[in-house]
Amino acid sequence: MRKPIFIMAALALLAGCASQDTKEQAGAAVEERTPGVGDKKPPVAAKPVTAAPVAKPAVSKPIVTNPLKDPKNILSKRSVYFDYDSTIVKDEFKPLITAHARYLAQHRSAKIVIQGNTDERGSREYNIALGQRRADGVKQMMLLLGAQDAQIETVSFGEEKPRAKGQDEASYAENRRSDIVYAGE
Amino acid sequence: MKIYNPLHIVLFALLWLSLAPAAHSELRIEIIGGGANQVPIAIAPFKAEETLPEQVTAVVAADLVRSGLFRIVDSGGLTAIPAESAEVQYPVWTARGADALVIGSVAPLPNGYWDVRFRLLDVAKQLQLAGFAYQVTTQQLRSTAHKIADAIYEKLTGDIGVFGTRITYVVKQGTRFELQVADADGYGAQTILASNEPIISPKWSPDGTRLAYVSFERKKPIVYIQSLLTGSRMVVADFNGSNSAPAWSPDGRRLAVVLTKDGNSQIYLINADGSGVTRLTSSGTIDTEPNFSPDGQWVIFTSDRGGSPQIYRVPAGGGAPERLTFEGSYNVSPRYAPDGRSFVFIQRNAGNFNVAVQDFASKQTQVLTDNGIDESPSFAPNGRIILYATEIRGRGILAAVSSDGRVRQRFSADIGDAREPAWGPILKSQ
Repeated sequence: MRKPIFIMAALALLAGCASQDTKEQAGAAVEERTPGVGDKKPPVAAKPVTAAPVAKPAVSKPIVTNPLKDPKNILSKRSVYFDYDSTIVKDEFKPLITAHARYLAQHRSAKIVIQGNTDERGSREYNIALGQRRADGVKQMMLLLGAQDAQIETVSFGEEKPRAKGQDEASYAENRRSDIVYAGE
Repeated sequence: MKIYNPLHIVLFALLWLSLAPAAHSELRIEIIGGGANQVPIAIAPFKAEETLPEQVTAVVAADLVRSGLFRIVDSGGLTAIPAESAEVQYPVWTARGADALVIGSVAPLPNGYWDVRFRLLDVAKQLQLAGFAYQVTTQQLRSTAHKIADAIYEKLTGDIGVFGTRITYVVKQGTRFELQVADADGYGAQTILASNEPIISPKWSPDGTRLAYVSFERKKPIVYIQSLLTGSRMVVADFNGSNSAPAWSPDGRRLAVVLTKDGNSQIYLINADGSGVTRLTSSGTIDTEPNFSPDGQWVIFTSDRGGSPQIYRVPAGGGAPERLTFEGSYNVSPRYAPDGRSFVFIQRNAGNFNVAVQDFASKQTQVLTDNGIDESPSFAPNGRIILYATEIRGRGILAAVSSDGRVRQRFSADIGDAREPAWGPILKSQ
């Protein structure tokens, strides 16, 4: 599923038009705007695109990074955090959601799952529903920003898959979260 | 002689033939508190039971004590152990303070079976209250002991005994999750499903042959049904979004489930084969944790349509939901009592999550536990005990409280966290 996306991104980058600007730009998006990817050395952590059989890059060509995995790219940020008992998306996470919505709008074959999570307090099944609401809130915002319904599935893990294991407010806050996962990841 | 009523209980063992190998863990039980009026009962060793791998009377005594309604009177130091009514010296038992006496015997049969007999005697009236004989295999001795305890319990309390029933629960050990089934005394735990992803909400089919549950093995909540007879499992609900909170209809033909395929978490009815999904509730809010009334006419559930999670009920054929809880800002996880006259639920009080019971007629609520983090309550099939999950020092354990709040038990697994318990039905074949 992901190979066409990578090839499109790769073509755009190879055209040498990638912007250095990490800030989101308004207006109609085009491939070249994929932010945060330079035409020089990629970050060490970035994984090279797995090339399709027909497109073996020459050694001297620049190595292309996947914007979804590039730590400098906002698209590598995947978690939206929530306050206790709240499903409201806070302003600080709107740029992240906007970036992913744009990416989806630009890559119609891309699909994501938004996984809602809660802290461990309360009923497990009710927390499944609360986590679902957190995932749905992120999805609704993405739809308003140009993503299509068929590109996004929302599911909930409730309190079942905590990232932080502690029983303190810092752990609870870490676990009140929606995660964005691209198909194939 | 008409006092013995021979029973063959081979059928009972069939349930377990095709299950996974026995798990290593067992549940240990600790009893806290006791009933106000405990019946003093003496249980004489059964004649020749020392030839068995396990003492039948020890299992019977443990069952009765666990109910909180009995006190075991010492039966040691006898010159001759009575095995028949004529051999009972009633003054001895009167002097020891026993109101009731259990006597019995065990004998090997030529076909490899055991003949197990017992009599329950009223010490004051010097009368027999009950007497049964069983022909069973060695593997059935323990379940036979539970049947004897059930017979004694029923005769002396007037209630149905549930010592022969089973429970299910999930054990989490590290990153491994196991759905297990054990006897109601925690013995004989068997792993039904093992997974590296969470398993929640196991629910017994009304005939006790299947479990519905939610598994995250495919990176999202999906509802499965698994046969305890064959071990085979099938997907019941795998729609876009989350699929969770299964609840069986009393006839075992349908489930209520919570789906998000049309948006927010709503309650749907679906056939047990996964066909014929229809929507039951229509709110713009959360509707979850459905549970059918014993007569199948109602579905009780949790909803935050009023701004906070509260308990509602709706006709199973559809209609306007009616709110049932009004005290507190967090009332969740409702389950009907077997007689349909009350429901158990979890109520949050000052940061604690407690087991509470509300009566339908009087609308009175009784909180049965305190200062806990209690979850997932369910009634025993006789309505006398409520099984639930709680935590002690950060570790998940199972616990039970009598429906009058007087007797409590704790079931702790040897290893790992135990959670998500559900008490199974009384099997028709028993």
